[in-house]
Amino acid sequence: MEVFLVSLLNGLVYGMLLFMLASGLTLILSMMGVLNFAHASAYMLGAYFAYTISQQIGFWPALVLAPLLCGAIGAAIEMYGLRRVHRNGHIAELLFTFGLALIIEKVVQMTWGLIPVPYRIPAGLDFPLFTVYGTHFPAYRAFMLLISALMFGAIWLGLTRTRIGLVIQAALHHPEMVGALGHNVPRVFTTVFAAGTALAGLAGVIGGNYQVTEPAMAFTMGPIVFVVVVFGGLGSLTGCFIASLLMGLIQTFAVVLDYSLADLLRWFGLTVTSATPFHEVLTVPLPRIGALLPYVLLVLILVFKPRGLMGTRDT
Amino acid sequence: MATRILTRIAGVVLSACMAWAGPVMAQGTIKIAYTDPLSGPFAQVGDANLKQMQYILDYINSKGGALGKKFELVPFDNKSQPSDALIALKSATDQNMPFIMQCSGSNIAAALIEAVDKHNSRNPESRIIYVNCGAVATELTNEKCSFWHFRFDAHSAMKAEVMARALPKEVTKVYLLNQDYLFGQSVQRDVKASLGKLRPDVQVVGDELIPLGKIKDFAPYITKIKASGAQALLTGNWGPDMNLLIKAGIDAGVDLRYYTMYAHLAGGAVAIGPGGDGKVRSVQSFNENIAPEIGNKEAEAWTKEFRDKYPFDFYAAGFRTIFEYLQEATKQAGSVDPVKIAFALEGLKHKDFLGYETVMRKDDHQLISEYFVGTFKKGVKYDSEKTGLGWGTETTVLAKDLEQPTTCKMKRPAAQ
Repeated sequence: MEVFLVSLLNGLVYGMLLFMLASGLTLILSMMGVLNFAHASAYMLGAYFAYTISQQIGFWPALVLAPLLCGAIGAAIEMYGLRRVHRNGHIAELLFTFGLALIIEKVVQMTWGLIPVPYRIPAGLDFPLFTVYGTHFPAYRAFMLLISALMFGAIWLGLTRTRIGLVIQAALHHPEMVGALGHNVPRVFTTVFAAGTALAGLAGVIGGNYQVTEPAMAFTMGPIVFVVVVFGGLGSLTGCFIASLLMGLIQTFAVVLDYSLADLLRWFGLTVTSATPFHEVLTVPLPRIGALLPYVLLVLILVFKPRGLMGTRDT
Repeated sequence: MATRILTRIAGVVLSACMAWAGPVMAQGTIKIAYTDPLSGPFAQVGDANLKQMQYILDYINSKGGALGKKFELVPFDNKSQPSDALIALKSATDQNMPFIMQCSGSNIAAALIEAVDKHNSRNPESRIIYVNCGAVATELTNEKCSFWHFRFDAHSAMKAEVMARALPKEVTKVYLLNQDYLFGQSVQRDVKASLGKLRPDVQVVGDELIPLGKIKDFAPYITKIKASGAQALLTGNWGPDMNLLIKAGIDAGVDLRYYTMYAHLAGGAVAIGPGGDGKVRSVQSFNENIAPEIGNKEAEAWTKEFRDKYPFDFYAAGFRTIFEYLQEATKQAGSVDPVKIAFALEGLKHKDFLGYETVMRKDDHQLISEYFVGTFKKGVKYDSEKTGLGWGTETTVLAKDLEQPTTCKMKRPAAQ
C-alpha cells in the first residue's frame, strides 16, 4: 500500500510534466502537421531562461517571463523559418526542426556550458508538504501538479469555449475554408506555434529545477514526448492528457513491480528453468525494461489503432 | 573532406620525414589522441576531463616534456559510441601517434583493446599504446588484458573494495543500483563480492540494473529503495543517471547514505545541492581537500591554480600521475617507440604528486595507487562548484592494501 500510494503520486507528477510538454506539441502537430523536433529544445530553453532570470529577479517573474521568451522565439521560428520551408513539404519541415534542435543544443552548450547549472527550487516552495509513510512529498511537486492542472484547464477552456479556440479548431480540419471566411490562417498558425513553444517553455521552467538543468535534457525528453503525442492521438487534447498520465504511471509502476514473464507463466502452471528456451528473456524483471515499455506501446498502437487513443485524424 | 586531404598530406610529409630521420618520430610534439564523449548526454564528463588534462599537460611540458619534446593532446569526439572510438583510433594510427587515451565507457574500452591489439600485430610500423584513464570494468585487466593496454584508474573491484571498507559498522542493509552495461554489471558483481569478503554481516536487500541514460525520473526507484529498508545505497552510476538518482533521494527526504563512485565528477555537486550535506560519499582518486588535509602545500597550490581558472573542480588531478608515467617511461625508453615505452611502463614505480607510492603492475598493467572516500559536506576548505559544500576525506586506502590478484596471462611481443 505504501509503495502503491507513493508510486501513484510519483507517476502523477511525472505524467503531468509529460503532459505540459506534449500538449504544446500535439497542438502544433495536429494543426500544422509539423513533427517539431525542436519542441523539447524549447523545454530546455525554458529551464535555462528561468535559471538566468531567477538569478536576477527571482523565480516568480521567471515563471512568467521565460515562457513568454520561448513563445517569442517560437513565433519567430514559425514566421521566418517554418513558413518558408512549409512550401517544400513536410519532409523539409521535419528536417528543418531537426537541424534547429541540434543548433539550439549547441547554442545552449556554448552559452551556459556543458555542466548542469544550479537552477534550484525557490526557497518558498522548498519544504515537504506532507509525509506519506515516511517519504516526503515536496511542496514543489504539488506546485507542479497545480500548474499543469491549471494549464490543462486553461487550454481546454480556451479551445472549446472561446472564439479564437473555435477558429483554431476549424483551422485544424479545414484551413482553406477558414481562410475563405476571412480569418488570417497564417497568423493562427503562428499563434499556435508560439503558444505551443511557450507551453514547452513553461514545462521547462518548472521541470528544470525538478530534474537537472543541463544541455542533454532536451535530448532525453524528446523521444518520450513523441510517444505521448502519437499514443494520445492527433488533434485530441484529452487523448494527450490520458496518454501522458498513462506513460507516467507505467514508467513509475514498472520500476516497483519486480515481476518477469516467468512469473506470468507460473500463473498458468508453467515453470521456467534455465533449460527452458528463451529463459534469458523470460526472466528479465520488469524494472529493467520499464523505460522501454512506452515504445512497446507506441509500436502496438500504431499497428492496432493507428489514429492513437482518441485521435480524430491519421498520423 | 578538407581535413582528410590535410591528413593525407600530413601523412605524406610525415613518411618523407621518417624516411629521412629513421624510425624515430620526426615531429616536434609527442601526440596523445584523446577520445571520449565531447557531445551528447555525457559530454560534460569528457569536456571536463579534457580541460583538466590540458592543464596538467601544460605543467608537464613546462617541466620539460620528454626527450626535449612537448606532449600534445589531440581530442576526438566518440559520442559514447565504440564505432566512433575506433575511427579515432584509425586517425591516431594514421598520424603515427604513440598514445591513445580514453576514460569513459568500458564497452568502448573493450572494443579499443581488441582493435589496438589487432592493429599493433598487423602494423608493426605504427604501433600505439592504449592509455586507459577511467574505463574500470574489472575484466579489462583480467580476462581481456593486453600488453598494449595500461589502466591508470582503479578497476571496479578495487573501487568496490574501497567502498566496502568505508561502510561504517552500523550499516547492515544495503541496496545496489547500477547501469545495465558492462561497467554497471561489473560493479554489481564486485560490490557483492567485496561485501561478502570484508563485511559478511551486510545484507543486500535490493539489487537493480537500470537502462543507461534512459531514466528521467528516479522517484519510483527511491520509493522502492525506501520500502526495502536499506540504510545505504551503493551505486556505480555516473552522469545524469547518478545526478538524478541522488537528487530524487534527497528531495524525498529518505534517510539514506549514498555511496557512489562518481558523485565527485563535474556537475555532481550542483545536482546534489546543499540538501546532500553529509549524506553522499564518493570513492575517488583525488579531491581538492586532500592536499590541505595531509599538509602538502605544493600540491595544494598547484590544484588551487586550476580552481582559479575554471568553474569546476579539479577532481582529475590524478591524471597527473598518468602523464608523469608517460613522461618517465618515454625518457627511459629513450625514443617515442611505443614498444619500448610499453616495456618501460611495465613495473614502473612512481611517487605521485600527493606523495604516495604507486606502481604500474607488470602482471596486468593495472596501476596500484592509493584511493580515497570523500564525504560531501559543509565546512571544508575548498568547496565544490560554488555550492558551499565540498569533499572531505573520510577514508584513505593505501596502494599496498588495495592490491588484488589478477587472472591476466600477458602476451608480450619480442623485445626490440
